Amino acid sequence: MSEGLTTALPPVKRRNAELVMLLLAIGITMFAMISAGLAYTGELPPSLFMYAVPFAGMALLAHVFIRFFAPYADPLLLPLATLLNGLGIAMLWRILDAPQLVPEFASEGATESSMTQLMLTAGSMVVFAGIVFFLKEPRTLQRYPYLIGLAAVVLLLLPLLPGLGFSVNGARQWINLGFTSLQPSEFAKIALVIFLAGYMVTKRDVLALVSKPIKIGPIKVLELPRMRDMAPMAAMWGFCIIVLVILMNDLGTSLLLFGTFLAMIYVATQRSSWIILGLTAFFGACALLYPFVPHFRVRMITWLDAFNPDVYCSDAVMASADEAFCKVSGTSQQLVGGLFAMGEGGILGAGLGGGEVRGIIEVQNDFIFTAFGEELGLTGVMVMLMALALLAQRGMRIALASRELFVKMFASGISFLIAFQTFVVIGGVTRVIPMTGATIPFVAKGGSALLSSWIMLALLVRMSNNARKPAPVAIQDEGATQVISR
Amino acid sequence: MNKPIRRLALFSLALFGVLLLNVTWIQAVQAQWLQDHEFNRRGAAEQFRVPRGPILVANEQIAYSELIEGSTQYQRFYPAGDLYSHPVGVFNPFGPYGVERAENSFLDGSDNRLLVRNFLDTLTGSEQKGATVALTLNPDAQQAGLEAIKNNSPSGKGAAVALDPSTGAILAAVSIPNYDPAAVSDMSDTTKSVETWDSLNSNENKPLLNRAFNELYPPGSTFKVVTAAAALENGETIDSTIDAPETLEMPNGGPALPNAFGSACNGGAPDSIAHSLERSCNTSMANWALKLGGTAMTEQAQAFGFDSGLPGVPVPVEDSHYPPPTDDNDLARSGIGQGSVQATPLQMAMVAGGIANGGQVMKPYMVSEVLGPDAAEIASTSPEVYSQAVSSSTANQLTEAMILVTEGAEGSGTGGQIPGIQVAGKTGTAEVSGAQTHNWFISFAPADDPQVAVAVVIENGGGSGGTLAAPVAKAIMEAVINE
Repeated sequence: MSEGLTTALPPVKRRNAELVMLLLAIGITMFAMISAGLAYTGELPPSLFMYAVPFAGMALLAHVFIRFFAPYADPLLLPLATLLNGLGIAMLWRILDAPQLVPEFASEGATESSMTQLMLTAGSMVVFAGIVFFLKEPRTLQRYPYLIGLAAVVLLLLPLLPGLGFSVNGARQWINLGFTSLQPSEFAKIALVIFLAGYMVTKRDVLALVSKPIKIGPIKVLELPRMRDMAPMAAMWGFCIIVLVILMNDLGTSLLLFGTFLAMIYVATQRSSWIILGLTAFFGACALLYPFVPHFRVRMITWLDAFNPDVYCSDAVMASADEAFCKVSGTSQQLVGGLFAMGEGGILGAGLGGGEVRGIIEVQNDFIFTAFGEELGLTGVMVMLMALALLAQRGMRIALASRELFVKMFASGISFLIAFQTFVVIGGVTRVIPMTGATIPFVAKGGSALLSSWIMLALLVRMSNNARKPAPVAIQDEGATQVISR
Repeated sequence: MNKPIRRLALFSLALFGVLLLNVTWIQAVQAQWLQDHEFNRRGAAEQFRVPRGPILVANEQIAYSELIEGSTQYQRFYPAGDLYSHPVGVFNPFGPYGVERAENSFLDGSDNRLLVRNFLDTLTGSEQKGATVALTLNPDAQQAGLEAIKNNSPSGKGAAVALDPSTGAILAAVSIPNYDPAAVSDMSDTTKSVETWDSLNSNENKPLLNRAFNELYPPGSTFKVVTAAAALENGETIDSTIDAPETLEMPNGGPALPNAFGSACNGGAPDSIAHSLERSCNTSMANWALKLGGTAMTEQAQAFGFDSGLPGVPVPVEDSHYPPPTDDNDLARSGIGQGSVQATPLQMAMVAGGIANGGQVMKPYMVSEVLGPDAAEIASTSPEVYSQAVSSSTANQLTEAMILVTEGAEGSGTGGQIPGIQVAGKTGTAEVSGAQTHNWFISFAPADDPQVAVAVVIENGGGSGGTLAAPVAKAIMEAVINE
């Protein structure tokens, strides 16, 4: 790892920079709530302090915690996560709570509140602190790759158990624990990254070097891995296609996991033949399944042909008695409604509270991005995308700066997961790719998604601290004994 | 391992690049298209918070908005019930139809021409208001037309349009079945309004369709006026004759074309154009079409407005069609308004109006002026010539022949007579395959100084134009003339 030296980060703490940026992130969140409150009632939100004090307190506590237990951590990670999480809470407050303050807009029996999201944030931050505190060396996770791999599979399969698992919007990805419900795939993806990092570190030489050249005449076109080395790829492919797509209808998780898998095998082996092989197998399977999985077909058609009256169900189609696509299968109204919201926002947006975002279907979940598009405009969503991009890029930087192979794999895997998950969700709601259903890291409503985001952040914080902290210095007075860093 | 990580970092940055480009496309470039998209119902709720301007007919408010007590929303009222549902339309969550939609930017005050006024309102703190739209409709003619057509249409379907031939102002536009706008715009019970709208929308008789402007019918014998006009414009006179047998063998074979009355038009001798119009002779008029040829017929039809577009009514109007005949059989049938000829009642009123106005067709319009909230005029429509469809001598000759239709011994449209006033008219009974005939009447009166031109169609009436449609035309004409 001679190149590791050139990518090492300087051992500076930068905690004060983190504090300043954190205050900025908290400030933006508070201004967002105030702005939404002013738009609705013309006065400051009565519950502002109920949100401001705990939120700012939690974020500052997390900062102090990092100051003590991970002083060399990357100073951008916590402020970026706080900004995204805070904007999410502010938008949820604007969607769920602000309208209740005005009799005209209040809906009776509305029980959902963004306070839940605030409390889930608090809980997630506790877990965040716990991981940073207890996981002093992320490489210890390398010891049990298969156990963790098994855990990932079990977590993914849990929703299939009768009585325990249940479906939301067609995708069977939830389990009911009685007191609360969970989305185990959110945690399975992290476990999978740990497993892949551990597995590939040990197997990378075989995966990278042994190959069977495919020749056309004398020219070598492609170097394919040996059949038996393809077993992990085949297992991953089979799992993503058969279990996730066919049994659970969970296209988003399938795409996410397979993409992350390809990214990690590429990092481990640096061989593009793996990617070609993987993409061919994945898209080939998709093409084959297209006629047989109705859920999948609906997603494709509503994506490609969203503005077709037959797919959208325009008034004329609704009035006619024919068997239009949308009456039989599903409509593109959600997707198109989101685009209308973004179009309404334009470049500067309607301002928080100034739009009609409550009309967007699933606005608290996947489509929260379009709500930002309408109320904060192009400017606002660009900020959000840059914050997410920066988060992923800081993670990649940690991977570059780390010295251990396992940590490099782990950090790049987690960072790619953040980037790719963002792409799958936001690409889905903005019609770049078919809608699959996943959550924007830190922003969208939901405990499982929030918790898994903060777990990923904890891992990055810990790994960045370890990558940047100064190498231990031998204490010369004590003779020849070397201090080993732990 | 750093090289693939760098590449992965670049790739994930590229993913964000794609997202950034795409949101830029949506929110900066495509935004206007999305806002104007027909599926887009956003802003609907906002529209109800705007004090929308009233619509006037003869200085009476036939649509106005009032603030709902204890709310920030306005209720639209239509005091005349179903009288103006076509063509004024209704303002409801599904989007305003008719004038309500066409003049929306004036009514809700968003039009650029109201910008300065709105800005001043903002400065002075007074509430922004929509403009007032005044229509050319004549309430008596509209009322008489609606009552008469309801009484005369056995199928309950039909439409009538009346124009002022000298200006093109639309005096009446009636279409049945219609609906009560109040039932689909009641803000106090929106669920019921939506249900009523849905049932109207799915009703097979299409009560939401404005048949006067937006439904195409074969014009039948009323189109013979256009055929006769083409002949006169091409060197013939009203007394020129052509063969008028009992039945006409079609040039390319197929069933022969008979006369409706089952005999030759002039006892077997060639018949004059005047007499052919009076009796509504099929064989002679089909012969004229064959003699004139497809080009002359197409040109004449287009001169009256077929296939030429009618913007600025301002309500959308369906284009009437006289497609160039594909063969001689089609050409012969087109001479009597059958085959592939299709016309809206408004188009046939323009034909009558053009002849009434010395051959000059005036551009039809329904909005006379738009007044700002302070009653100052913002926009007004002045009469415009649409086309010189025929020469004044042709128009005069056709007028004489059309008077015979209502007054002649063998006139087919005597039901359109008004005591003491000369009426020029033309009947029509259009064959529809597999259904009852459509019954037409177009006319104008008084013949020497026309004040009103009318077209009436009774959809699937199954009778004759003279008995079913002419009385409706008569009622409308009387209402205008006796004012």
